[in-house]
Amino acid sequence: MNQPATETRSVVIERQMPHPPEKLWRALTQPHLIAEWLMKNDFQPVIGHHFRLRNDPQPGWNGIIDCEVLAIEPNKTLSYSWVAGEGELAIQSVVTFSLTPAGDGTHLRMEQTGFRPEQKQNYQGAKYGWGHFFGRLEQLLARAE
Amino acid sequence: MASTHDVLFRTLADPTRRAIFERLCREGEQTVGALTVQAKVSQPAVSKHLGLLKEAGLVRDRHEGRQTHYSAQLGALAPLIDWTSQMTGFWQSRFDQLEDLLRRMDQ
Repeated sequence: MNQPATETRSVVIERQMPHPPEKLWRALTQPHLIAEWLMKNDFQPVIGHHFRLRNDPQPGWNGIIDCEVLAIEPNKTLSYSWVAGEGELAIQSVVTFSLTPAGDGTHLRMEQTGFRPEQKQNYQGAKYGWGHFFGRLEQLLARAE
Repeated sequence: MASTHDVLFRTLADPTRRAIFERLCREGEQTVGALTVQAKVSQPAVSKHLGLLKEAGLVRDRHEGRQTHYSAQLGALAPLIDWTSQMTGFWQSRFDQLEDLLRRMDQ
């Protein structure tokens, strides 16, 4: 049976930055600065604003991530939805940045929580000798980012 | 009802079919003719493999004049790749770029 189960997954990245929260906030919310470290975009710091993050198009993916601003608290919290891909294979997720003053700098925490149909990871990969093939696919996909 | 995984694995289990798909991944869009030259099997055989790849969502076709062009659909492989490790790598590298940017910015 193919249950339409849903699984939630989270990615958390934390990093201490030797810069004040106000400066970090600019890098997270000003489009020309976002473009320098993340992707080209039409971000606006307005709740409900829909925007797109754009990668170069790749075979099988138009390179676009659809987003909507969900929460904003200047210098503290920024959250937006992050939807990549289409249909059954789409990854729907929410990205939340949290800034906390720490010493002379800022503790930056990014959490991305994603939802999509349940999957069995590395599905009997070894049994079928898929390891090598998937290694190369992962490289391809990494480049596709 | 077969799962997405089963279809993908069954489709890619055939070495000739997998070679065609890998070639489309590496080199981008190709015509059936161009694929046949490399595949060491007949054009009808290549067309049949492409049909199965298309059914699995692994390739897309585009008609132009009398030619049909095929391209790989990397998105179809998403269920096979661990999303969490993929995104962790993505964000680590973006945070490196963010640190570079912060160093270059004025206060």
